[in-house]
Amino acid sequence: MASIAARLDEEWRTPHSLYGELSTVDHKKIGKRYLVTAFVFLIIGGLEAALMRAQLIGPNERWLSPDQYNQLFTMHGTTMIFWYASPVLSGFSNYLWPLMLGSRDMAFPRVNALSYWTFLFSGLFLYTSLFLGQMPDRGWFAYAPLTELQYSPALNMDFYALGLLFLTISTTIGAINFVATAFSVRAPGMSINRLPIFIWSTLTTSFSMIFALPALSVACVYLWFDRRLGMHFFDPAQGGSAMLWQHLFWVFGHPWVYIIVLPAMGIASMVIPTFCRRPIAGYTYVALATVSTGVLGFGVWVHHMFATGLPPLSMTFFSGASMTIVIPSAVSLFAWLATLWGSKPVIRTPMLFMLGFICLFVIGGLSGVATAVVPYDWQLTDTYFIVAHIHYVLIGINLFPVIGGLYYWFPKMTGRMLDERLGRWNFWVMFIGMNVGFFPMHIAGLLGMPRRIYTYDGSMGWNTVNLVTSLGAYLFAIGVLMFVWNVIKSRVRGAIAAGNPWDASTLEWSTSSPPPEYNFEVIPTVRSRDPLWEDRLEPPEQSSLREGPTLTDGRLTVQSAPLDADRVRLLHMSEDTLLPLIVALVMLALFYALLFRIWGLALAAAVMLGVATAWWLWPQHPEHGEG
Amino acid sequence: MTGSRRRPGSMLLLLMLAACVQAPSFMRPASEPAHRIAVLGWWLIAIATIVFVVVMVLLLVPLMHRRQEIAHADVHGGGGERMILIGGALIPAIILIAVFLFSLPTLSATITPSSRPRYTIEVSGHQWWWEVTYHTADPSFRVTTANEIHIPVGEDIGVRVNSRDVAHSFWVPELQGKIDLIPGQTNTFWLRADKPGIYRGQCAEYCGMQHAHMGVVVVAQSAAQYADWLRGQEAPVTAPRTTDDSLGAQAFQRGACSLCHTIRGTDAHGVLGPDLTHVGSRLTLAAGMIPNTRGHLQGWIANAQGVKPGVAMPTLYLDATSLQALAAYLESLR
Repeated sequence: MASIAARLDEEWRTPHSLYGELSTVDHKKIGKRYLVTAFVFLIIGGLEAALMRAQLIGPNERWLSPDQYNQLFTMHGTTMIFWYASPVLSGFSNYLWPLMLGSRDMAFPRVNALSYWTFLFSGLFLYTSLFLGQMPDRGWFAYAPLTELQYSPALNMDFYALGLLFLTISTTIGAINFVATAFSVRAPGMSINRLPIFIWSTLTTSFSMIFALPALSVACVYLWFDRRLGMHFFDPAQGGSAMLWQHLFWVFGHPWVYIIVLPAMGIASMVIPTFCRRPIAGYTYVALATVSTGVLGFGVWVHHMFATGLPPLSMTFFSGASMTIVIPSAVSLFAWLATLWGSKPVIRTPMLFMLGFICLFVIGGLSGVATAVVPYDWQLTDTYFIVAHIHYVLIGINLFPVIGGLYYWFPKMTGRMLDERLGRWNFWVMFIGMNVGFFPMHIAGLLGMPRRIYTYDGSMGWNTVNLVTSLGAYLFAIGVLMFVWNVIKSRVRGAIAAGNPWDASTLEWSTSSPPPEYNFEVIPTVRSRDPLWEDRLEPPEQSSLREGPTLTDGRLTVQSAPLDADRVRLLHMSEDTLLPLIVALVMLALFYALLFRIWGLALAAAVMLGVATAWWLWPQHPEHGEG
Repeated sequence: MTGSRRRPGSMLLLLMLAACVQAPSFMRPASEPAHRIAVLGWWLIAIATIVFVVVMVLLLVPLMHRRQEIAHADVHGGGGERMILIGGALIPAIILIAVFLFSLPTLSATITPSSRPRYTIEVSGHQWWWEVTYHTADPSFRVTTANEIHIPVGEDIGVRVNSRDVAHSFWVPELQGKIDLIPGQTNTFWLRADKPGIYRGQCAEYCGMQHAHMGVVVVAQSAAQYADWLRGQEAPVTAPRTTDDSLGAQAFQRGACSLCHTIRGTDAHGVLGPDLTHVGSRLTLAAGMIPNTRGHLQGWIANAQGVKPGVAMPTLYLDATSLQALAAYLESLR
C-alpha cells in the first residue's frame, strides 16, 4: 500500500511554493481559504457593528456623522450577508463534500478555484470604496429610487451594484459545481438515500442559488444601467418602477435567507447524531424538510413588503405561505430533539454550540411567525424587532453552527484539536452576549424604535434597551474573539488529533487528520448511511473502505450515476493551473474599468476574458472528457 | 386677536410634547385599530412563550442523562419518527392554522375603516419632512401644512399617501401600522385616535442621510378644537403688526426664503420646502427634531446644516438684526 500512497502523492501533490499556492485546485485548500476569508469579513463586519453600537449606546450621540453611520450599517449588512454568511458555508462544503462523498475532489476543481478567487476579489473590490470614502450607504437592501444617480451621485452605489454582480459570478459557478459534484462524483454505493444530511442541505441551497441569484444580478445590472447609462428601470419619474427593485430584490432575498441557514442546519444534523451516539432520527423527514424549505423559500418574498400597499388577498396568500414554511423547520427541530431523546448525549464544545443553536433557532423562528401575521407585521416591519429577528436567525442559525462545526471539523482540517476548556468559555460568553445583546432589540422594536436611525432622542424612552444591547453586543464580540484566539493557539500547540477523534460515522472521518491530498487511498464502496458505525449498527451489507479501486494513473476519481451511484466510469480531474487566478484577475480589471467608466480597458478585459475562456475550455484529455 | 388667544393653547401642547418621555409603543395603543393589532400581538407573544418553554423542556430533559466518554461508546439506531411527526408537523400545523385564521378578522378590520371616512387628508413624503394637505369646504382650496397632523378624536380619517422623491413609510405606532410612501404610486390608509393626545411618529423606511430625523406628530383633539384649528389654518396671514415683524417679512421676501417656501397671502410661493403660512402654530421644527421656540427657530434659520446635516435648507448668511426679525415674523405666523 505504501507504494500506492507514494504514487498518489506524486499525482496529487501541490508543491510548496508560491506557484503551488496560487495554482492549486485542491478542494481542501480552497475550502480552508474560504473559511479564513469569510472569517476576515466577519470580523470587519463586526467592527462596523461595534462602531454603530458605540453611537447608539446613549441618546443623541453624534460622534459618527449620519453619513458615516449610514455607510457603516450598509456595509455591515452587505458584508455579513453576502461576504460572510454564504461563503463561510461554501468553505465547509468545499472542504467536506469530496471527503463525505468518497471522492478525490469536486467535479470541477478549476471552477472551484475560480469561485474562490472571484469571491476574494469581489470583496476587495467592494472594500476599495473604504479608501475612497465612498462606501455603499443605501442599506444592504438598497431600495430604489434612493440608489438612483439623482439621490446618490458618487460611486457608493456603483461599488454596491458591481461588487454584488461580481460576487454572484462566484456564487453561481460555485453552486453549479456543487450540483454537478452531488450528482456525479460520489463513491460507488453512495446512493441518494445514503447522502449525509449536510450534502442534502448544501445541494438544496445550490439549486436555490441557481434560481435566486439571477434576480439579484438583473437588479444590479439594471441599477448600474440606470446610474451610468441613463436608463430608467427604477425611476418612477421617467416611467420606471420603484417596486420593481423591491420585487427583484426579495425574490432573490428570501431564498437567500434559507441559503445561508440550511447548510448550517445541515452542520447541526451532522454534529448532533455524533454526540448522541446514534444516527439522526427521521433521516428521510429531515432530507424532505430541507428540500421543501428550499422550494417553499421561493414563495414567501412578499412578506418583506406587507406595508407597500398590496391588495389584501395577495398579502393573505403570502402570509399563509410564510407560515407553511415553518413546518419543515419544525420537522428538522423535532428530528434533533428526537435524536436527543433517544440517546445519552456526550457534551463537548461542538455539541454545546448545537444546543445553543437550537435555543436561538426557536426564538428566531417564533419571532419570524409574528412577522408573517400581516396586521402585526405592519407594526413590526422596519423596527428593531426585525433587527432582533434577523440576528437571532443569522447568528443563531448560521454563526453558532458554523463555530460549533469548526470545533467539530478543525481536527480533521488541521490535525489538531481546539482547546476544549477555552471552547466552553467561548460558548458561554457568546451565548450570554448574544441574548443580552439581541433580545432587548425585540423590546426596542415594541417600543417603536425604527431601524437604520443613526441616533435617537433621549425623550423616546429607548435609552435603557440600547445601553443593554450595546454592552451585550460587546460581550458577544469578546466571545467571537475567544474563538479566533482558540484557533490561532490550537493551530500551533493544540493536542494532536486522531483520524476520528469524535468516533463519528461519516466517510470524512475514515481519512487521516489532516487527510492526504488525494483524500482516499482506496475509493470506498458505501453500503450504509453510517459507514464507520457498521461494526455496531450491523446493517445488512458492509461498506468496503480498505479495498477497492486505487486509481493511481493520473488524477482520477470515480464518476457515478446520479441516483444510485453505481460506478459508471473514471473521471480525469484537472491539474493545478494558474488559469482560475488569471480569469479572476481579468474580471477584477473589468469591474474596475466599469466602475471608473474606462471603456477602453473594459473592452480589453472583455476580450481577454473571451480568450481565457477559450483556453480554459480547450480539451486536455480528449479521450476521457474533462473534469 | 385670535393669534394671541390661541397662543396659551399651543404652549400647553408644546409642554405636553416636552413631557412626553413615554416611548411610542404600539403595545400601548390609543386607537381601535392599533388596539386590535396589539391584542393580536399579545396573543402571539403568549403562544410563542408557551412554545419556547415546551421546546426548551424537550431540549434540556434528555441532557440529564449524559455520558462522559465518546470514544467507542456503543451506538444504537432507529426511533423517534412519531415524535417528529407529532411535534414537528401535526402540532405546528394546528397552531399555525389557528394563528392564521385568528389574524384574518384583524386584517380586515384594520386595513379599511368600517365606514367611509368623512375626512380625507393627503400626506406626501419628502427628504426629510412630511407635507400634509387638508381639503376644505371649498373644493378648489386646500390647506397645506407640515410635519404635524391634527385629527378629531373618535373619527376615521382617510389618508392618501405618496412620495415626492424616495420611498418613505408613515408610522404613528400608537395609532396604526405602517404604510409605505412609494414614488409613482398613491396608497390609501386610514388613521383614528380614540383618546385625545399627541402621538409621535417617524419615517420607518430608510430614506437617506437624515432618515433618523423625519418625525411627525399627530395631535388628536375634540371635534370643536379641530374645527377651530382648521379654520385658523385656512386663514391667510394678516399684515405684520409690529416693526420687527415687518422687518422680518421684508427679509423673508428679499432673501432666499420665498424661493422654496410659501406663505399664503404674500408673494412667497416656493414649493420645495414646507408651507410656512402658520408655522408659528406648529409644535416642532425640522420634522420633529427640535421644539418650535424662538431660540431653536433662530438657530435653525442661521445654521440648518449644523442642526440637520444634509437637509435641503441652505445655510443663510444673515446679520443678527435680520435673523431676529425673521424669527419674530415667523413666530407671529400662527
